[in-house]
Amino acid sequence: MTTTQSTEVPTKVAPPAATSPALRVQSAVIKYGFIFVTVTLFAYFALSEPSFRDSATLLDTLRYVSVAAILGLGVTLTMAVGGIDMSVGAVAGLGVTVAAKTMVSYNQVGLVAILAVIAAGALAGLLNALLIVVLKIPDMLATLGTMFVIQGTKLVLVDGQSITPGMTQSDGSTAPGRFTEGFLRIDRGTVLGIPVSVLIFGALTVVAWVFLARTRWGRVLYAIGANPEASRLAGIRVGAYRALAYVLSGVLASIGGLILASRIGQGDVSAGTSQLLEAVAVALVGTSVLGRGRPNVWGTALGAVLIGIITTGLTIKGLPYYTQDVVEGAVLILALIFSFTLSKRRTA
Amino acid sequence: MSPTDTSAGPPAVSLRGIGMAFGGKTVLESVSLDIAPGSVVALLGANGAGKSTLIKILSGVHTDHSGQVEVNGDPAALQSPLAARQLGIQTVHQRIGEGIVPGLTAAENLVFEELAQRRGNPFLDGRRLLARAREIQSALDLGWSDQVLKRDVTELGISDRQLLILARALATSPRLLVLDEPTSALSAAEAERLFALVERMRDDGIAVLYVSHRLGEIDALADRLVVLRDGRLTEDQAKPFDWDRALRAMLAQAQGAQAQGTRTRGAGTARPTDAKQGPGPGTGSHAGATSASGSASAPASGEIAVSLRGVPLLPGRTPQDLDLRAGEVTGVVGLLGAGKTELARGLFGAEPFPTGTVELDGRPYAPRRPADAIRRGVHLVPEDRHADALVPGWSLAQNVSLPFLRSLSTAGLVNRRRENALGRDTIEQLGVVARDEHSSVEELSGGNQQKVVVGRWLAEKPRVLILDEPFRGVDIGARRDIGRRARALAAEGAAVLVLSADVDEVLEVADRVVVLAAGEIHLDAYGEDAERDRVIRTISASV
Repeated sequence: MTTTQSTEVPTKVAPPAATSPALRVQSAVIKYGFIFVTVTLFAYFALSEPSFRDSATLLDTLRYVSVAAILGLGVTLTMAVGGIDMSVGAVAGLGVTVAAKTMVSYNQVGLVAILAVIAAGALAGLLNALLIVVLKIPDMLATLGTMFVIQGTKLVLVDGQSITPGMTQSDGSTAPGRFTEGFLRIDRGTVLGIPVSVLIFGALTVVAWVFLARTRWGRVLYAIGANPEASRLAGIRVGAYRALAYVLSGVLASIGGLILASRIGQGDVSAGTSQLLEAVAVALVGTSVLGRGRPNVWGTALGAVLIGIITTGLTIKGLPYYTQDVVEGAVLILALIFSFTLSKRRTA
Repeated sequence: MSPTDTSAGPPAVSLRGIGMAFGGKTVLESVSLDIAPGSVVALLGANGAGKSTLIKILSGVHTDHSGQVEVNGDPAALQSPLAARQLGIQTVHQRIGEGIVPGLTAAENLVFEELAQRRGNPFLDGRRLLARAREIQSALDLGWSDQVLKRDVTELGISDRQLLILARALATSPRLLVLDEPTSALSAAEAERLFALVERMRDDGIAVLYVSHRLGEIDALADRLVVLRDGRLTEDQAKPFDWDRALRAMLAQAQGAQAQGTRTRGAGTARPTDAKQGPGPGTGSHAGATSASGSASAPASGEIAVSLRGVPLLPGRTPQDLDLRAGEVTGVVGLLGAGKTELARGLFGAEPFPTGTVELDGRPYAPRRPADAIRRGVHLVPEDRHADALVPGWSLAQNVSLPFLRSLSTAGLVNRRRENALGRDTIEQLGVVARDEHSSVEELSGGNQQKVVVGRWLAEKPRVLILDEPFRGVDIGARRDIGRRARALAAEGAAVLVLSADVDEVLEVADRVVVLAAGEIHLDAYGEDAERDRVIRTISASV
């Protein structure tokens, strides 16, 4: 039956192991370059700054990056379907306000606040899904729009003020509630010496990885990102899955907001705004880690840790805090060079 | 050596011992070929024989080859696409979309190479540009009015776009024009316009290297044919061509290429399912819409799997009735725009029929989306495998399993062992040439990619399999393998629908032939009633 086939030669032979050493070095650089940079920097900081070696510093670093990392996981999900969620920072900020409002103004317990925040995140995701899937607005523009709307809504909710325990409310009364102990433990508490927020970050990373890399739902999300029309013709409900990605992104962003609220301990109206660029940066750095060239969960988590190590290390080295953005931006651009410039040359 | 190389003067382009290897694998080996001015040389070869590599060397994409290229008798260095163009070698690539710039008008596209050059006035001079475009169109007799030239290029039909790209290449008065599967997206009538243009080039003394899988075209156009197999030139014939010999050289088969399992070109003979042939009265070739359905000399072999009643295939056309039987391959032939793709996509729920009723195995069937169709066992191999089927960067196995992930998963987790087994099944059953099921689909040649798409839709056994232009850009070996699988599936009791603009392709696999023109059925015949000339006559009469 298939004898005719023996005469065919594949036009492109897959790169076998016997390629030139230069090529092999290059592909190794692309694959492990970022991890190598991280480890080198880590070693450098650890050797030159004794305080960097302190396990408390390391845990603090992880605690610091956990919010951006969790938001980055949501961005990763939306990037997998070929979009991007620019509203994650605003959603996290909304979470901070909703948490404060629930506990301080309405005097509810922490659990109610948690549920309210997650519901708000899911709602924000649904709004994005509505704009993108039903009204067909390009992802980035739609989520930029919701970013403004959500930031504005947050201010309207609290009449433009930060919510603090014991504050005087707009009707003249004193706010009845406060941030509960349990709620504050989300960021400040530890289990077996590890901050709860770091544990949440770790757990969500594992769950997101299983979801995206091992389940059929994750596979479908990637398929949609790579070829939406082929996905539709393979029987996939493309709109439903894209909506799912945005709702999950909203929920993840709200969990980031919970950690942020717990960290700040009050309803700071400006919370979350700086998280957006970090989250997007982390997810973009993630596409270059491991040389995958596509959004992936481990890449995002490692990208967050890398950015954390660099900022902490440079802070200990005495670099002023206001140089932080420059450094993070440079890391991002370096990562983009890895994932676009270098890997493209490899496949050419 | 070359049979037609009797003209005076040096060849337009000659290749001397061209060789090329990728990562230690030889793709071309000492290829020598002279192409005389004013001659059309057809290049044949199975997918993976090295045709694309040779084209890329000529167009200056691959520069690290061995051997020497001579242009007009002088050694030439084709170090870049620009260098190749400047030496007078123009290449028109297979994928039309890569050659045009959407958003620009037809005229701007026509003179695009001039626009793209750095010298001259940086501001667009619309009037001068249109004048130049007009000049080109009248020189080549494209028959385009100013109105057409001023239209956005995306409003042009696919054949006009193909002609545009060709005209643009010709406007530079090239020495050699390389045409890579120029008709693969065109119907027969549209291809005629292109052939006229090729004839004209020959008369103007341009050398043409014509790469095609369509033997009829080569027979009509070429002065000479060469066959590439496993990177070597194995056959060099002057007209008249010995096709049996050429096909043998191409497919490397001991026996004649005619002695294959599938039906052979252009004849109603050697049908594998002779039992199904019933003479019966042939339907009128211009049967009315309703009378055409089911009135063919239907052999009482299979029960009706799909029946369409009052379904309009094109807006404003008479609604059609059509029955598809289980156990047979129904071939639908029609020109581009005849309503073939509308029929396929409607049955698959990709673009639901606006009105009419469809039944599948006697039960109502109205898919609103592909998922509905797949649930009922209706599968579609779409027309354009790159845009509509393959997921780039994914492995062969992952591309096969995509529609059926649910049944490959437990609690949502994809069972990779079963997925890989599915990929290996596809490789085995369709004879896919690939390292293994983990190979990226992009590493495969066109024919093998198409086999992967077909394999996907066989991964779970379909009740109805629709193949829309399954042989486009696919070599003859792959075409036979796919045809054989389609026939085997029908023999197992499925209804198979093959849609194509190529009469021979359809006759090769189908038990029954339906001719579609402008959304209406013009012929529906079995066996000898569906003989080649009659099908072609019906198509030309319906134009």
